[in-house]
Amino acid sequence: MSPAQSAEQPELAQPLQRSGREVLDASDISRALTRIAHEILERNRGADPVVLLGIPTRGVPLAQRVSARIQAVEGQSVPTGSLDVTMYRDDIGLKPPRGLEHTDIPADGIDGKVVVLVDDVLFSGRTIRAALDALGDIGRPRAVQLAVLVDRGHRELPIRADYVGKNLPTSLAERVTVHLTEFDGEDAVLIADKGAK
Amino acid sequence: MKHLLSAGDLSRDEANLILDTAEEMRSLADRPIKKLPALRGRTVVNLFFEDSTRTRISFEAAAKRLSADVINFSAKGSSVSKGESLKDTALTLQAMGADGVVCRHGSSGAPHLLAKSGWMTGSVVNAGDGTHEHPTQALLDAFTMRRHLGSLDGRRITIVGDVLHSRVARSNVLLLSTLGAEVTVVAPPTLLPVDMTSWPCATSYDLDGALAKTDAVMMLRVQRERMNDAFFPSAREYTRRYGLDRYRMAQLPDEAIVLHPGPMNRGMEISADVADSTRSVIVEQVTNGVAIRMAVLYLLLSGSNEEEQTA
Repeated sequence: MSPAQSAEQPELAQPLQRSGREVLDASDISRALTRIAHEILERNRGADPVVLLGIPTRGVPLAQRVSARIQAVEGQSVPTGSLDVTMYRDDIGLKPPRGLEHTDIPADGIDGKVVVLVDDVLFSGRTIRAALDALGDIGRPRAVQLAVLVDRGHRELPIRADYVGKNLPTSLAERVTVHLTEFDGEDAVLIADKGAK
Repeated sequence: MKHLLSAGDLSRDEANLILDTAEEMRSLADRPIKKLPALRGRTVVNLFFEDSTRTRISFEAAAKRLSADVINFSAKGSSVSKGESLKDTALTLQAMGADGVVCRHGSSGAPHLLAKSGWMTGSVVNAGDGTHEHPTQALLDAFTMRRHLGSLDGRRITIVGDVLHSRVARSNVLLLSTLGAEVTVVAPPTLLPVDMTSWPCATSYDLDGALAKTDAVMMLRVQRERMNDAFFPSAREYTRRYGLDRYRMAQLPDEAIVLHPGPMNRGMEISADVADSTRSVIVEQVTNGVAIRMAVLYLLLSGSNEEEQTA
């Protein structure tokens, strides 16, 4: 598995051990998501046009958390779903086949909406490219925006995030891991040397 | 997984992976663009030595929805009718660069031979071989039942009819027992294989006794084209004892569903009003067939060509 993938798509099945330095704790993550929710509302002048789509696995609960915050602020719920990009990845023929994650597009669709993609770590940008292709097969949003919890740099494609929880300058030799209570029992962002596992 | 030759080769995890993947594939049917890029640039050959409507169309639709290139080959009108052997056909397909071969053959074991002989390197999917197996049919049946009944663990499933000639029955018994269902096979003694002790299921000669305790009943087609012997006295007697009509259907529990792999002999093993009733999921089986075959082709063909990297 290439370094880019291991950081962007943490393996769900493996029992994640806590290793490395903690760069964001639970309250940091909570504050970052609250700010992102406000930024989304500000940029789009309310929640009306917004559809949140999380990218599995960890983008999905993040999208739901942002959605809950928007609901708390605006008193209006935002359609929230998930978008699996497995079959649109550019490395699909290079690796053993893997199972699909759930794609859940809100009932009203995405045509004419502002789709905000939500993911945990933005790294090479290849996942987001795949997500853009996947969106194209589902409908034609008015605009697509990107929200990530962590931007760790090292882009390989001309892609940037509109909403960033934390810019985290890293070296390629490091590994960024996002833990969320839904999967890992805690909220934290960790950074570690790739060797130290 | 490199090939899909027998439903018995699948572990419970593998079977569930295929069914879960099919669940995602099925949601594609509701989208405006029913196409995924997963198999772009791969070639799938439908190698059909025996007549088939739904299986071939279903595999073709599945491969095309995954963006694979599809070549249809049927024995009629090909060099096979000039006497070309299976080996030479396989070598031809290999030379054309087939990544996956979907094989239907009248002889049991033909797909197995294709897969293991070394004549070709692509993945082989058994689409029905003789009276042996038809694993994707079993998978789509299990998928259909799972959508209606939830988990198949402990569910009671009754398979009725011409078990002797049925590849669907064998594949279903193997797969459904892997998934934890309790399978009962009901047939006249002449239409059961000689030794059923190796099959992971119960057998019975009495349909009426089995129906009340059934969550799903699967009627098999009476395969007249394979019957060169008198297996039962008359069609009417068969229908009387083993056919599913409205009165028999009334004995089923309220939630039970009726399946048939098709093509149906209406009025023989299943009456027309049962086939068209709300309990019947026969048309749905066809829809689900495309999803299952997409899942199988995706899992066999999408990854790298290197041998088994996953355990």
